[in-house]
Amino acid sequence: MLRITHLIKRYGNGEPVLKDLNLEVPDESLVSIIGASGAGKSTLLRCINRLVEPTSGSIELNGQELTTLKRDELRKSRRRIGMIFQGFNLVDRLTVMENVQCGRLGYIPYWRAALRRYPAEDIERAFHLMERVGIAKYANKRADELSGGERQRVGVVRALMQNPEILLADEPTASLDPVSSRQIMELLQNLADELKLPVLINIHNVAEAKEFTRRIVGMRFGRLIFDGKPSDLDDDAMDAVYSGTPSDEREDTGAAFTRAVTQ
Amino acid sequence: MKPTVADRAWSRYTSRQRWTRLAITATVVLAVSWSLSTIDIIWPWVWDAPAQIGDLFSRMVPPDFSSLDKIVWALIETLNIATIATFIAVVVSLPIAYIAAQNTTPNRATLWLGRFILVSSRSVNTLIWALLFVAIFGPGVLAGIIAIMFRSLGFLGKLIGEAIEEIDQRPVEALEATGASHAKVVLYAIVPQVIPTFFAVSVLRWDINLRESTVLGLVGAGGIGVILQGAINTLDWRTVATVLIAIIVLVIAGEAIAAWLRKKAI
Repeated sequence: MLRITHLIKRYGNGEPVLKDLNLEVPDESLVSIIGASGAGKSTLLRCINRLVEPTSGSIELNGQELTTLKRDELRKSRRRIGMIFQGFNLVDRLTVMENVQCGRLGYIPYWRAALRRYPAEDIERAFHLMERVGIAKYANKRADELSGGERQRVGVVRALMQNPEILLADEPTASLDPVSSRQIMELLQNLADELKLPVLINIHNVAEAKEFTRRIVGMRFGRLIFDGKPSDLDDDAMDAVYSGTPSDEREDTGAAFTRAVTQ
Repeated sequence: MKPTVADRAWSRYTSRQRWTRLAITATVVLAVSWSLSTIDIIWPWVWDAPAQIGDLFSRMVPPDFSSLDKIVWALIETLNIATIATFIAVVVSLPIAYIAAQNTTPNRATLWLGRFILVSSRSVNTLIWALLFVAIFGPGVLAGIIAIMFRSLGFLGKLIGEAIEEIDQRPVEALEATGASHAKVVLYAIVPQVIPTFFAVSVLRWDINLRESTVLGLVGAGGIGVILQGAINTLDWRTVATVLIAIIVLVIAGEAIAAWLRKKAI
């Protein structure tokens, strides 16, 4: 269970990117977060594992407050939070197996990491997961030899190797062709069910969001303005999420926001 | 209404830009002619040069191979100076590169320390370092090794540091997100990205050091240069010729090995 309350994020002294945001995600649910570029979707996900430091507010994962953790505690908590990225963020010159084992770096001693002497159960688990997503045959290939869809599977397995309690996916399909994109969405959908994980997906493709997830959250300029089932996301709601331009919003935040919602 | 020819007049530069360009050209021409006027060239010596070249050449031919064994040993010494110095410099330059790169340095003080080391190493020529270390350690191979090492530090540290600054930050972010410690993030996300540059730069520096260590002997810091200097001082031009041939062979061989290694590394 992930609970975000009164989350505010402000870069420097500017307008906040996240404005008093509240969100609750129970276990075993796949949630899509949609919204125009600049709505704060990436910032929201990165606040959860604190790749971005929240300005104020609270984020609780399974009862543990994340925003106040100190360095070592934060590192321990990050092990429980898997993240998948738009650009896959693999280490190109390492093999697929090494990339996958990166998910265990928080658990194993330094010398094992340096000498690539991974614990037998980690290797076993890696092969199990790689077989599950169909990349086991590439274990010894360099990550940059794989296609986009395959690379994203490596990214997914790396996140799963952490034994995560939640998965954060930041535009996981935005760099993929339509077929790979659907495969990755199906994979995330199945994993959420199998592993009983909450999965948060930032996504631009509203059609995919409607098809693969049962709950959609719409963000607009740092606020949640839609939260419901795919069937509730009608034209009006879409308009509210996507209409207008960021510059309108910045000039006259309140008015543009009201206009968008009441349209 | 169609625009007239006058409306559509177009020129690449505005008249202000044209004047600026003219002024810059004039300044460069003035600067070059002034610096030419300051150097004092004795023209008869310049016209005499072809004859002098012919004379020197006639004294060098045929090369004297009688002291070839000494020369070969000096070559091996030269090679060893270059290799040992490069090896030590590579090892020492890694921590310096790490603190001199903006994205890995622990804090501003270490950043400036790193940059200070790089700049001071690079701004002093190898021969001047050698003069300094000959004064400290006395003439010989040790002074040569340390001189080459000091000059290499700046070169290696700067280029490896720049490679660290140019890495793709996204894998770094991804590994931080897994809860890996900083040391492990360096090991898995930074080191693999820097390794190709690291090898290429090290081999290149070895190649440069090989050429630099041939002249170290001129200031008494060991290597083939000692023999060269001695032969020139005694006007033994036929031995000078042999030494020059030997240096050319060494440098060409070094360049070939360096090119081969670079291909292997990348």
